[in-house]
Amino acid sequence: MTLSYSSIEFVVNRERCQVSVPPMKRLLDVLREDLGLTGTKEGCGEGECGSCSVRVDGELVNSCMIPVLQAQGAHIETVEGLSKSGELHPLQKAFLACGGAQCGICTPGMLMAATHLLAQNPTPSITEIREGLAGNLCRCTGFVRIFDSVIASIAQSHAGPGRKSHAG
Amino acid sequence: MRGDPQAHQLVAPGTLHGVLSLLAEEPGAWTPIAGGTELMVAYAAGRLNHRKLVSLWGIPDLRWIEVSTDSVVIAAGATFRDLRDHPAIAAEFPLLAKAAGWIGSIANQSRATLGGNLVNGSPAADSSPALLVYDAEVEMISACGRRRAPYREFHIGYKRNLLAPDELLYAVHVPRRNAGQRQYIRKVGTRRAMAISKTALAGRVLLQNRVVQEIRLAAASVAAFPARLYRAEDALLGKAISPETMRATRAALLSEIVPIDDIRSTAEYRRVVTANLLQEFLSSFAPDGTIR
Ligand SMILES: Cc1cc2nc3c(=O)[nH]c(=O)nc-3n(C[C@H](O)[C@H](O)[C@H](O)COP(=O)(O)OP(=O)(O)OC[C@H]3O[C@@H](n4cnc5c(N)ncnc54)[C@H](O)[C@@H]3O)c2cc1C
Ligand code: FES
Ligand code: FES
Repeated sequence: MTLSYSSIEFVVNRERCQVSVPPMKRLLDVLREDLGLTGTKEGCGEGECGSCSVRVDGELVNSCMIPVLQAQGAHIETVEGLSKSGELHPLQKAFLACGGAQCGICTPGMLMAATHLLAQNPTPSITEIREGLAGNLCRCTGFVRIFDSVIASIAQSHAGPGRKSHAG
Repeated sequence: MRGDPQAHQLVAPGTLHGVLSLLAEEPGAWTPIAGGTELMVAYAAGRLNHRKLVSLWGIPDLRWIEVSTDSVVIAAGATFRDLRDHPAIAAEFPLLAKAAGWIGSIANQSRATLGGNLVNGSPAADSSPALLVYDAEVEMISACGRRRAPYREFHIGYKRNLLAPDELLYAVHVPRRNAGQRQYIRKVGTRRAMAISKTALAGRVLLQNRVVQEIRLAAASVAAFPARLYRAEDALLGKAISPETMRATRAALLSEIVPIDDIRSTAEYRRVVTANLLQEFLSSFAPDGTIR
């Protein structure tokens, strides 16, 4: 069977993009292979680990579970969109400062899940942080440093301009 | 082996009408894909045999929740996130809201649809026991029209259901008449986040002067598909909760469930734990904890 490619347009990290790919290609693979956005990682490839987490139209999703045709017209945010003009996002700084990343495979997904959580709830409790990250697995850190990183980033963003020292 | 994107055709007509016309033209040739959280797992493993897929994602006519005087109607394409967020569901159908929070992670719930859960028809489907105890009805749709059936009749075998090849599940109707009733649901899995159930039990009871006036019980993972526990219900109807009714109900339950051994648990564990869940529910409304 010869199958045609689809022309798909969406907005990735505030930039309009257009790709011509098989419609069943996973959003994860389109981001990595066609757009060169290799920050988004593949862990399990079956929805269990969250390392491929991105935000699509403001919802947290696993990009390994989405055929790219279903992202037609969507607004997509990946880990590459977190830093602004060369400056790391407060969450990224906190992960660096608190040892929230070791091998780094889970980190982009953790950052996106944490970004999503804080977008919905800027001052989550520790239980809410645990729940917000429950779909993201880490084989290295034992999770505590990841939760600490999220807490630190919240403390940082509430510390006010006077204490805006670099966390690293 | 991995899924090969070139081996599958995927189209997105974008409207309900467009999807139904496609299904009518070639009944059985097209497989609907909604949130993809079942089908994409099969695809990733190279196990997706369907060659032609039609997307239901992003079709507004399939994603809504409507509250009328006597029922809440949930479109098949509503996600479990939509269900969790809906005030009427949280207030009146707590079992359904709770089950929605069980369907994998947040990232899974933002894609997983109610229709996909029911049509996939896993014996462990988390939304099923709640819908069974709420006497839900399913509404199916094709280019020829719509029809309704009680949800308890929807599953007809392991992963088999009432849908014709040119039909979609359209909506689920849940009657609003649970005020003053006791409700129960509990899932037993390996861990809290993201584990498929070893067993799950839901119940709803209307008591008058301690006598059971109406009772619904349903379980997951104890038969080829999620099912009502009719014999256990019969053992309770019209009775007051006493140690004897409790024993009879437990025996009735054990006579009707047919769990299996699989990678998640054993048949024996499922029998014992499902009966214990039932006992926990009944004890919660026993007059003075007489139940043992
Ligand atoms: C990591 C992970 C964890 C999970 N955990 C759970 C869990 O704890 N409990 C649980 O119950 N499930 C769980 N699931 C399974 C899955 O998320 C649910 O069954 C989900 O509701 C499926 O919906 P979907 O829209 O994604 O289905 P899809 O994959 O899009 O479709 C599933 C099936 O339904 C058919 N279909 C979909 N919509 C319609 C329609 N309207 N009419 C006709 N046919 C239709 C499709 O053709 C397909 O056969 C999990 C999945 C993953 C990946
Ligand atoms: S790679 Fe997508 S959830 Fe694991
Ligand atoms: S840092 Fe290695 S998996 Fe989390």
